[in-house]
Amino acid sequence: MTRREAALLSLSIGLLAGGALAYQVLLFRLLAIIQWHPFAAMIISLALLGHGAAGTALAIGGRRLLTRFPVTYATSAMLFAVSIPLCWSGAQRLPFNGLELVWSPAALGWLAGLFVLLALPFFFAACCFGLAFMHARTRIPVLYAADLLGAGLGAALATALLFLLTPDAALRVVPLFGVAAALLLPAPLSVRLALPALAVMLALLIPPAWLAPRITEFKGLPRTLQVMGSTVEAEYSSPYGLLTVVRNDAIPFRHAPGRSLTATIELPPQLAVFTDGDAMTAITDHDGPRETFAYLDETTSALPYHLTAQPRVLVLGAGGGAELLQALYHDAREIHAVELNPMMLALLRARFHAPRVQLHLGDVRGFVRTDQRHYELIQLAPLDSYGGSGAGVLALAESYLYTVEALADFHARLAPGGYLALTHWEKQPPREGLKLFATAVKMLRALGVDPASQLALIRGWQTSTLLIKRGALTPGDIERLRAFCESRGFDPAWFPGILPEEVNLKHRVQRPWLHEGAVALLGSGAGQFLADYKFHIAPATDDRPYFFHFFRWDLLPELIALRGQGGLTLLDTGYLVLVGTLAFAAPLSLLLILVPLTALRRQQAYAARTRSGAYFMALGLAFLFVEVACMQRYGLFVGHPLLATVVVLVAFLVFAGAGSLVATRIQHRARALPWMVVGIVILLLIQAMALPPAPGILASTAGRLGLTLVLIAPLAFLMGMPFPLGLSRLAGEAPAFIPWAWGINGFASVLSALLAALLAVHLGYRVVLLMAAGLYASAAMIWPRRATGASGGANRRDLSVQGPDG
Amino acid sequence: MPKRPPPVIARTLPRVLFIACACLSIAAADEARYAVERKALLADIQRDAAMTADATGRARFSARVMGAMDAVPRHHFVAARYANRAYANRPLPIGHGQTISQPYIVALMSELLEAQADDVILEIGTGSGYQAAVLAELVARVYTIEIVAPLAERATALLAELGYRNIEVKLGDGYYGWPEHGPYDGIIVTAAAGSIPPPLVQQLKPGGHMVIPVGAPLHTQDLILLRKDPRGRVTTTSILPVAFVPLTGER
Repeated sequence: MTRREAALLSLSIGLLAGGALAYQVLLFRLLAIIQWHPFAAMIISLALLGHGAAGTALAIGGRRLLTRFPVTYATSAMLFAVSIPLCWSGAQRLPFNGLELVWSPAALGWLAGLFVLLALPFFFAACCFGLAFMHARTRIPVLYAADLLGAGLGAALATALLFLLTPDAALRVVPLFGVAAALLLPAPLSVRLALPALAVMLALLIPPAWLAPRITEFKGLPRTLQVMGSTVEAEYSSPYGLLTVVRNDAIPFRHAPGRSLTATIELPPQLAVFTDGDAMTAITDHDGPRETFAYLDETTSALPYHLTAQPRVLVLGAGGGAELLQALYHDAREIHAVELNPMMLALLRARFHAPRVQLHLGDVRGFVRTDQRHYELIQLAPLDSYGGSGAGVLALAESYLYTVEALADFHARLAPGGYLALTHWEKQPPREGLKLFATAVKMLRALGVDPASQLALIRGWQTSTLLIKRGALTPGDIERLRAFCESRGFDPAWFPGILPEEVNLKHRVQRPWLHEGAVALLGSGAGQFLADYKFHIAPATDDRPYFFHFFRWDLLPELIALRGQGGLTLLDTGYLVLVGTLAFAAPLSLLLILVPLTALRRQQAYAARTRSGAYFMALGLAFLFVEVACMQRYGLFVGHPLLATVVVLVAFLVFAGAGSLVATRIQHRARALPWMVVGIVILLLIQAMALPPAPGILASTAGRLGLTLVLIAPLAFLMGMPFPLGLSRLAGEAPAFIPWAWGINGFASVLSALLAALLAVHLGYRVVLLMAAGLYASAAMIWPRRATGASGGANRRDLSVQGPDG
Repeated sequence: MPKRPPPVIARTLPRVLFIACACLSIAAADEARYAVERKALLADIQRDAAMTADATGRARFSARVMGAMDAVPRHHFVAARYANRAYANRPLPIGHGQTISQPYIVALMSELLEAQADDVILEIGTGSGYQAAVLAELVARVYTIEIVAPLAERATALLAELGYRNIEVKLGDGYYGWPEHGPYDGIIVTAAAGSIPPPLVQQLKPGGHMVIPVGAPLHTQDLILLRKDPRGRVTTTSILPVAFVPLTGER
């Protein structure tokens, strides 16, 4: 193989890897639109098994494909291109309904069809990588570097594309990577002519309706559009989500969550805004006379306005602006609101001109940390949809809004005597409400404050509102709270001095669970209560940011017994979906790893196959453990999750790619790997115990992003080495096993992402990092190089196998 | 020319008759199977009723309500591809992002209305029309309003086909109720949006009950029972229709 050929092959690999990662990013976006988060995560995890399956296929039939190398490679790249739009179009036509999983496992069949279709593009891309590794065995580290660099750039490009195009339009761009990758290799003239034609056809001729996301009919947006008179007024797409603005002049939306049952005022006209087809929020026409907004005083979230006068207010998560209007209605003297989604903020900016209102773009945690102001009231509204929250689909969505550290951050911005008000959907039996209460208790205790005197909790029929006061609630406060509840039909669940006789009077529930829980959580038996309560309501932390995770295994048998009454719907689907995905993916992966061994044994005897297999498995698991954990931890550090995710991902791929390049130079040194792993383990221990630094260290987001790069670079650089070194060694010792090892890496990556989430739920991201360190250490020990002499031997063999390509 | 019966008819008539008989007997067999499944479902519902007595205040559902559940052919109300699961005790999709409630919930909601034979009931959110049909077996008249046009049309046609003369379906905004026929002895609001519409509370007779299921699609978990006492005062209760107690140990 000439230098030029090698360079072209590397470039081709880079293009394909970029295409595959861009496809992954866009697919996740698209799935998040058409499905709910956990199903989207599950489908994409399973689809990524396509990488590993390619390894299996090549291990069995790769030698035959290798004999016609450039053509098979180009064909596979072309199939990657063609399959992207076709598979997406086909997959979303399958009638998979995740909500039915609770009732009927038959939905699993459609799920299988869905992920197999979506896996095909990954399969074809990974076939190209495997073929290239087999073809150019001596240049594996370079190819692997190209793969990583390309993937890094692909991720960045896909995110950039999402700012310019809708995800389905962006999906048209990705096949071009495959076509370009195929064109770079020497191919017959017919292929060279056919490919550009195909590229044009893919980009231009596929009807938009084939690719446009078909949202599951049970999400809020399609349900709303079924209502007579509904029309889509506008749509805005960005990596933050798809915003759809819906108008209905015939049947008004009347969106006022938590409103008192005694209310009688009609609401002003509203526009409904959906994010990714769900999580509805309303933009209320605010030009009407003041009385029309009196409904904003009929919700549980209005309580703090009765305990403060003309406060300076901070609204966390502005959404459609209901809390802004509420603040305006209650004569707040100054109103600040933070919103992460720039499109949503633009919608608000066009409507709120009051000089008292200041809108800020950014992540809530990031904003609160750098903000210098103090507030008499900080409001946090429910950001999720009632439907979504009811179905437990958020269970495994990380949320840094409701952790102990988050409440402490918010609390620090309160003026003395100020209130932090957190409003939640109220459910029977209570989950969010009690968990939030437990979180507040823990946060206040950590500040050395008596929580009982500073907390108040009230509930309506639909929402509950928790108040955390900076300072003790006074008898006057409590008098006003009682009057507020009395006139609106709300029930107090906690305030200092509450009597058992005054709970559960207005909107009666079977038992005053919320009140009993609050009392227990403030008492000496709080630990026992948390351990005994049938939902997981122990506070979430930044290390385990799963506020919406309520699942407990001991609950499962009881709820299965109650399934006739719909008991299973009390489960959080998110967690079980994750466990189910892992339970499905792990044996499947194992099977696909073991199956080709029979075929391989016929080609080549290799004694170290188990050890080498374990080596690649450990590396694959560890790499994604670190990547996933760092994305979460640095996302919080940077205070801008999207930017941080992209930067961390790109940093890992690019610096690991650089590491792989350098690995070519040291691949013959026997001690290279042990030292490298020692370095990785030390850096991981530092990451787990001492990093990321306190966000206050740098004021600007750009500065924190830069620091993130600096802190991740050395780790990623070293982490890029062991895998290509292992493949090179395999190329010397047992080249037939290369695609097999490549496949193991693919499977391990999928299992790793799933395991990382599961471990984070139970043990936290710090433990995930420590486990990654353990995996690297065991990888180094499991498949050791023999003494120096043997290394020389391997060296000679390396030269001897160069044959066709050297 | 000698008159002969047209050979085509002679040949086909027996076949047609045979096929017709076969179809009828298959249909009859289907009906018989559905009837058996329906009985099994009723037993399921009574068992769940016994288990949830603490939450609902009813150890058994009344013979009237169970009779109505037995009388309504649920398999006509579900989408064709779900017909074989029509008598499973679970909610089912009916298209348009809407669902037909779980039979146990339908029975419980009918029970909570405490409707009498001469009552007039208002339903907001017709959906498939199944709940209206069950109520129509129990009371004098049922008025029902649906906001999704195709659903309203389908329910109107189906209920007419099944011979329900005491149900009236209207397409429109349920918020303002149907004042022409009110006040009502009972109201079911299966499509409560942000809040419970005040006009509906006004159209409820003193002494009447309103039932509002809340929760995600296919996940109905919580029923709100609104009672208007004879003096017009309103009280509300949340009922978790699952025999589930989150606090362990007797405290």
